[in-house]
Amino acid sequence: MTEPPISRGFRSRKPQTEQRDRVPPGQYLTTDFPVLSAGPTPSISVDNWSFALQLGGSLLAKWNWTEFQALPQTDLKTDIHCVTKWSKLDTQWRGVSFDTLLEAAGLSEAPTEYTMLHCDGGYTTNVPVADLKDGMGMVATQYDGLPLAPSHGGPARMLVPHLYFWKSAKWVRRLRFIEKDEAGFWESLGYHIYGDPWREQRYTGD
Amino acid sequence: MSESDLQPLDGNAAAGLLGEMFWRDMTTATGICAGCGSEGPFAEARLFASAMGSVLRCPHCDNVLLRAARTPRGVWLDMQGFRSLTFTPTPDAN
Repeated sequence: MTEPPISRGFRSRKPQTEQRDRVPPGQYLTTDFPVLSAGPTPSISVDNWSFALQLGGSLLAKWNWTEFQALPQTDLKTDIHCVTKWSKLDTQWRGVSFDTLLEAAGLSEAPTEYTMLHCDGGYTTNVPVADLKDGMGMVATQYDGLPLAPSHGGPARMLVPHLYFWKSAKWVRRLRFIEKDEAGFWESLGYHIYGDPWREQRYTGD
Repeated sequence: MSESDLQPLDGNAAAGLLGEMFWRDMTTATGICAGCGSEGPFAEARLFASAMGSVLRCPHCDNVLLRAARTPRGVWLDMQGFRSLTFTPTPDAN
């Protein structure tokens, strides 16, 4: 029996090169989906769930689960990068984009340039509007075709995949527009205020 | 109270006072949660340790009592979730 001498090696080389180009500096690839959390996993019934947009302390819009599911949904296939150095390629998400939320709230544009995301459990993280609009951010309710598991932020988490994954806040409940950029939970404890994985902005001062 | 009592001192003057508290095993302290006001031993709080940092939460209301993270530029500590901490005298403390 003869075996093809080179085909296996040549077949695998190109995808590996393409994958390497998609992995930011200092990261390694994983096929798992590691769980990282700053507290207990909350048990949130969709019957009691809501998501709100706020300007400072004023309510701009609020949706319950049924209303949220009735909004136009967006599918996104994207790579994600955790500051603890794992990256995962081609993750599949479904949710409501930031652009759709603005439109549903009757806003022609975001009222400020910055946002703070607020979550069950007291977690917060700051994200500029420029990193949410034009399809860059969404509130995701499905992962890989299934409802988002509680350990991964279900029923709903933020998804801002081009920034380190701590910005993709689990159990998100409010997006608050703020006038000036402020540090969130990890950003006020030594982690980078912006968190671009391609510039390895892991910590304050990077 | 004399006028000199109202004048602030350089922060270095707090070294002795802080040294009375921060040399010891901090988990022996009693804390009051700034969230719900409950009081209890530090050691009864719940610690959530992750690769990003450690978060200590109140066992009664889940309020974040303490956050700590180790980065290349040092260890960061936030204890604002405690209203106060009490350190009881130990036999070897003066």
